[in-house]
Amino acid sequence: MTAVILIVAAFLVLLPFVYESRNLFILLTQIFVFSIFAMSYDLLLGFTGIVSFGHAMFFGIGAYSIGIFMKRFEPTLGYFLLAVLMTIALTAIVSFVVGLLTLRLKSHFYAMLTLSLSGLFLVLAEKWRSMTYGNDGFTFRVPEQFIDRTHFYWLCLFLMVAVFLLLKRFTNSPLGRVMQAIRENEQRTESLGYHVLHYKITASVVSGVLAGIAGVLYAVSLRFVNTSVFTMDITLDALLMTIIGGVGTLVGAIIGAGIIEFAHDWLTALAKEHAIFERWIIFFGIIYILVVMFFPKGIVGTLSSLSWKKKKQHAVKKEEKMAG
Amino acid sequence: MSTLIETKDLSITFGGHTAVDSVSVSVPEKHFKSIIGPNGAGKTTFFNLLSGQLMPTKGHIYFRGRDITKLTSTNRTRAGIGRSFQITNVFPNLTVLENVRLAVQSQAGIRYQMLLHYKKYRQFEEKALEWLKLVLLDDKKDSLASNLAHGEKRKLEIAMLLALETEVLLLDEPTAGMSLEEVPAILEVIKKIKEQGNRTIILIEHKMDMILDLSDSVMVLFNGRLLADGTPEEIMKNETVQSAYLGGQFDE
Repeated sequence: MTAVILIVAAFLVLLPFVYESRNLFILLTQIFVFSIFAMSYDLLLGFTGIVSFGHAMFFGIGAYSIGIFMKRFEPTLGYFLLAVLMTIALTAIVSFVVGLLTLRLKSHFYAMLTLSLSGLFLVLAEKWRSMTYGNDGFTFRVPEQFIDRTHFYWLCLFLMVAVFLLLKRFTNSPLGRVMQAIRENEQRTESLGYHVLHYKITASVVSGVLAGIAGVLYAVSLRFVNTSVFTMDITLDALLMTIIGGVGTLVGAIIGAGIIEFAHDWLTALAKEHAIFERWIIFFGIIYILVVMFFPKGIVGTLSSLSWKKKKQHAVKKEEKMAG
Repeated sequence: MSTLIETKDLSITFGGHTAVDSVSVSVPEKHFKSIIGPNGAGKTTFFNLLSGQLMPTKGHIYFRGRDITKLTSTNRTRAGIGRSFQITNVFPNLTVLENVRLAVQSQAGIRYQMLLHYKKYRQFEEKALEWLKLVLLDDKKDSLASNLAHGEKRKLEIAMLLALETEVLLLDEPTAGMSLEEVPAILEVIKKIKEQGNRTIILIEHKMDMILDLSDSVMVLFNGRLLADGTPEEIMKNETVQSAYLGGQFDE
């Protein structure tokens, strides 16, 4: 497994040297960005068992922070870093408050609340015209270090790997293990002597900050930001990516991001030939239903349980041989 | 010996039904107390009040003389009151070892460490394995808790409680649903803990013969009320208890 990941990573690092297709690199950059976003969402959904429908708000905060900083001030690295700090601060505060609410609101009530909160941010972005230019959004210039697409591609790849490793360690830490216990049985975790709320808030804050950073990278890759970053579509993308890839596995979130973004790109291209594909969201709906019905564990989950079964069969055969 | 847990006038009402009605008992330190009573007598509800799963409508609970009526279940566990559940209550999609390891981790007070790998705390796993050995479940350590048979889940439940190493153990029908062959092993475990002599144990049990020789005292609940509280011999002789519970007025 580790070998496969290393090979894929090495391949992705070296790809720009042997292949030149601007579109492909833009697509791959998007995949890396959405991988970070999907992994942050999986931390809530897959590891802590918190269903949020408002993850787009953190993404949007990141996207608008960088957009506004670059537009209002000079597009330099210094202001870029300031914008990142701003994103971290804002998302940390918002996700802390949202995490606090999990105390009172369970499952679907919490999901509805996050949905309406992110709706609130959407309205804010629409109405605060002096700052956000309303629905149309605005373009902005990026620091010269990021103008070269290949450099930015490497940066996003590096950050994706960093976030992956960070979250892998995080979810396997004693604290991360308690989060998974909460997903399994909240009441039991409490009676083992853990303050469940502290863990939910920690998960919420880590997840929110990472989603904000994904938002920053997204806006920089487009050099444009509009209210779409706050819409439900962004949250739905994250939901689809984690569920298709495999809930509760970080690799699953990355694979899911890859599949959704590729399918997105491919279906949009097909739409030029067949009008039906203009409604590509319908296909996502069908895929989603099929996955939930037949592969509830997602791609990674299904694969790993398959290989586990094989191992088991193998072991049984061995025993039979020995007995025979 | 000094009193460890004391309840005063403890009551809880669900709608119009009073499930536990003015129960006042005290349990001395290092004591083994059993609670018996017919189904629906309020035994488990009484436990839920002691462990903080439910808040009483009326009355108080004292632990070492401190009023803990308002403490959450988390804080009661930390204070030293651990419990097992009658309806099996484990982490279904985690391995058996991980279930116990989480309890060991909590006992060790490692709660917010987020940068080190959990395997760095090897001693937790070793400790968890010891507890599993004690309840004869170590051969199942790598299977998911949801794949265990009912009796095995009960054993896991007990291992998780023991791993918390709390002063007070609240055991809610530890042998319920176990096959007959498994019961002696669990009784053996409970006896061992009792013999170590540093824990206070409160036990709900249906199997009278099992508790009579283990218990220092027995209390009888009936319709939420405390019917009798005394040594096993006294309870056996008590006429009210006999007519209410043992005398066959209620078919168990």
